[in-house]
Amino acid sequence: MSDVSLKSMDDVYPQSAGGEVRDYFQLLKPRVMSLVVFTSFVGLMLAPGTLHPFLGFVAILAIAVGAGASGALNMWYDADIDGQMQRTAARPIPRGRVSKDEALALGVVLSCFSVLVLGLATNWLAAGLLALTIGFYLFVYTMWLKRRTPQNIVIGGAAGSFPPMIGWAAVTGSVSLESVVLFLIIFLWTPPHFWALALYRCRDYSRVGVPMLPVVKGPDSTRTHILVYSFILVAFSLAPVALGFGGVAYLIMSGLLGAGFLYLAYLVFVHRVGVEADGHAKRLFLFSIFYLFALYLVLLLEAMVPGMMVPTGFEFKV
Amino acid sequence: MEEEDLKKRKKRSIAIGLMLVGFAILFYAITIIRLGGDVFNRPL
Repeated sequence: MSDVSLKSMDDVYPQSAGGEVRDYFQLLKPRVMSLVVFTSFVGLMLAPGTLHPFLGFVAILAIAVGAGASGALNMWYDADIDGQMQRTAARPIPRGRVSKDEALALGVVLSCFSVLVLGLATNWLAAGLLALTIGFYLFVYTMWLKRRTPQNIVIGGAAGSFPPMIGWAAVTGSVSLESVVLFLIIFLWTPPHFWALALYRCRDYSRVGVPMLPVVKGPDSTRTHILVYSFILVAFSLAPVALGFGGVAYLIMSGLLGAGFLYLAYLVFVHRVGVEADGHAKRLFLFSIFYLFALYLVLLLEAMVPGMMVPTGFEFKV
Repeated sequence: MEEEDLKKRKKRSIAIGLMLVGFAILFYAITIIRLGGDVFNRPL
């Protein structure tokens, strides 16, 4: 970046005298953090073996802080476009509450602390996965893919998929097939989730030149992509049943939730113009958050509530 | 620096202080739990 562009950035977002504590907390993307906390907790509880409850708490805390740190680093790098997008204009840097340098410093410090604490409290495989997650989100998604390809959130979605795998690794010290399945459910969920958002925020992304799928390929192609990926997601969501860590309750819930997901994806596919089309895209976006939360919740309840886990009889015998 | 900024700075300083204290307690607790009774089992 040239000096000229650096100067212009400072003009747009003047160096603040320092914001409120809550402004720095906003840098950590608390809503994203809450889903990360939940999915990593499920990974931790599903994993075979035991972990001291306090160390389990520390592991979740470290994963949450690591996710928050990557959020701060994302806001640091994307400050130039955040201010021009309706969805992100109220973030602390565009509003001039926190300077870019402060966001960078916070992100780097919290990244180092979270990885260190997770390594000391559990094991260095889990810590390594957390470091990989932060690095992937910053370098691969934010810096490399986001502004270059419509596949940005397909590949970049891996960063948001790691938390249950980290939780699993914190207990077992290993990465097993079950944790890969937990990873893949979120990985396959990410594209239809974000493309639904991009459909009704298309103008935002177009204005700042982020090549989201609706901007590059158009809304119709995006609708087809959403429908196809939704089918793949719903089919793959049955994998826990096949591997035997999802029981009858999970089979029923994943079927019902999957039917709801496909129905909303179909409505998005069919309704293509006007406020109604935007409404369907928004409904799919919101439902997809509930879908992921509910799927993981059933897995968690089956693992924790005695007698709730009833095998389906559909497990593959290895 | 205006009074409003000074107030904000004080709050930030308190938050950073609390985080550092929390971090020290966290390290202490992790050490005790990971090492258990062995933490005291060393030649003096």
